[in-house]
Amino acid sequence: MKAFELARPVTLDQALAELEKDSAKRDRTKLFAGGQDLLTELKEHLVEPDKLVDLKRIPGLDRIEVQADGSLVIGCLVTLATLAEHPETRNFFSAVAEAARSIGSAQIRSQGTVGGNLNQRPRCWYYRNEQAPCLKKGGSECFAYAGLNKYNAILGGGPSYIVHPSDLAPALVAFDAEVTLRGAKGERKLSLEKFYTLPAEADVTRESVLAPDEILTHVRVPAKPGWTSTYVKFKERGSYDFALASVAVAVRATGSPRAIQDARLVLGGVAPKPWSAPKAAEALVGVDDPKNWAAAGNRAVAGAEPLAHNAYKVPLVKGLILKAMEALAKR
Amino acid sequence: MGDPKRSGVDLSRRGFLKSAGGLAAGGALGESALSAANSGLLGDGVERLSGEVEIELTLNGAKRKVKVEPRTTLLSALRERIEPPLSGTKEVCDMGSCGACTVHVDQKPAYACLLLAVDCVGKSITTIEGLAKGDELHPVQKAFCEHDALMCGFCTPGFVMALSACLDAKPEATLDELKEACAGNVCRCGTYPHIFEAAVAAQRAKQGAKR
Repeated sequence: MKAFELARPVTLDQALAELEKDSAKRDRTKLFAGGQDLLTELKEHLVEPDKLVDLKRIPGLDRIEVQADGSLVIGCLVTLATLAEHPETRNFFSAVAEAARSIGSAQIRSQGTVGGNLNQRPRCWYYRNEQAPCLKKGGSECFAYAGLNKYNAILGGGPSYIVHPSDLAPALVAFDAEVTLRGAKGERKLSLEKFYTLPAEADVTRESVLAPDEILTHVRVPAKPGWTSTYVKFKERGSYDFALASVAVAVRATGSPRAIQDARLVLGGVAPKPWSAPKAAEALVGVDDPKNWAAAGNRAVAGAEPLAHNAYKVPLVKGLILKAMEALAKR
Repeated sequence: MGDPKRSGVDLSRRGFLKSAGGLAAGGALGESALSAANSGLLGDGVERLSGEVEIELTLNGAKRKVKVEPRTTLLSALRERIEPPLSGTKEVCDMGSCGACTVHVDQKPAYACLLLAVDCVGKSITTIEGLAKGDELHPVQKAFCEHDALMCGFCTPGFVMALSACLDAKPEATLDELKEACAGNVCRCGTYPHIFEAAVAAQRAKQGAKR
């Protein structure tokens, strides 16, 4: 690991003053919170910043606020363990708590933060290999496209085929979460869905619109009274791993026999960003029955373009949707 | 740091510290228990650390001074910089994948390879060396011995720390919860069945002790 200076601001303004304004220099300074992704990047020499800006001494960012209407405002320094155990999150935003609990291991969840999870870098092994000058690292080629692409994107890929590794992101997008980005000139709020970018739409070396001199400070999850939700993740290892594919589903269901009035469906592990599937969600509306679940599965993967080694993700996604809907029907 | 390609640098520094240890100024420690030389508040009120700094860590209940750089991980500080070293915490992957370096930070399990030592100032760090109370082994340690829960033993400190953190926080933990607690630990000998047996036995012993 290259030597760096550690700056420890105690206010957001101080932290912002530490950051590079010029995109070309953005990796000279890195934001540092739990460090569970960043330190692995530093050890692999994927980024070699001169300075880390530690956010952990800035007060107030490690809290979950439950607003009067039941909405959550989650500070970027809240740990994944805290979020997974938070009573209101578990009771009213189950998919979010389940996603948090599915991340990494107990050791990672005790230190890793919400801001860090949402901003973690891709797991593609070409990206993670110091020796591979891939597109994500400013090179000219996505080696996964013609290479070993078992873990890569089936949707939204090109010219880079990474998948976004966050478990939290699909669950939060399913709840229409909004992020606050604080910059030197003030703050902007946007939906988490719009926070993430596809490689073809924006800077291929980044996964979001976060500017080099901005900090994601809070995530607001609006209350959805009457909704139930779940997050189902499929991993290659039973113990702990990133998702091969995952699905976050939230539904508002009423009556008996149960009918779904409204639904959200977001996929993880299959695209360079959390993959919202509104047409699949529409297919769920109506009588809550396996025929509709299967229809939603078909719509969710419509347009999928698997690479040589990842076509298994198509039936996997369909199966995960059935599993998620079955779980929700039992609640 | 833990990077084998670069460990030569660290080893020579450790050798230097060993010989120069007596000369290292043990002046009054600042509020954050950092030596003044390479840290401090500049005009903008932001504390900055660079180069070598002396910190004080609370390790197994005792205050220990150690010279580190901002980039030094807690794992490296424990194994390579503190004199005498605390080498019970093992280094295997150094990437947060194997769990061999699991310690408790303020009673919570954490990978020492993914923590900066300077971030651990003011926190209570427990390593495998500090888990027993005198001669009285922690119930998890005892159960590992009784249930033969190890083969080569290299992953054992990590498993013991992960499981003890879980049981200390939740003595009523179920087998599934115990499995989840050590899902971030890898045993390449494959002793999992005995590890889980030991975990359940330790849980029962803890519950028994509580009654």
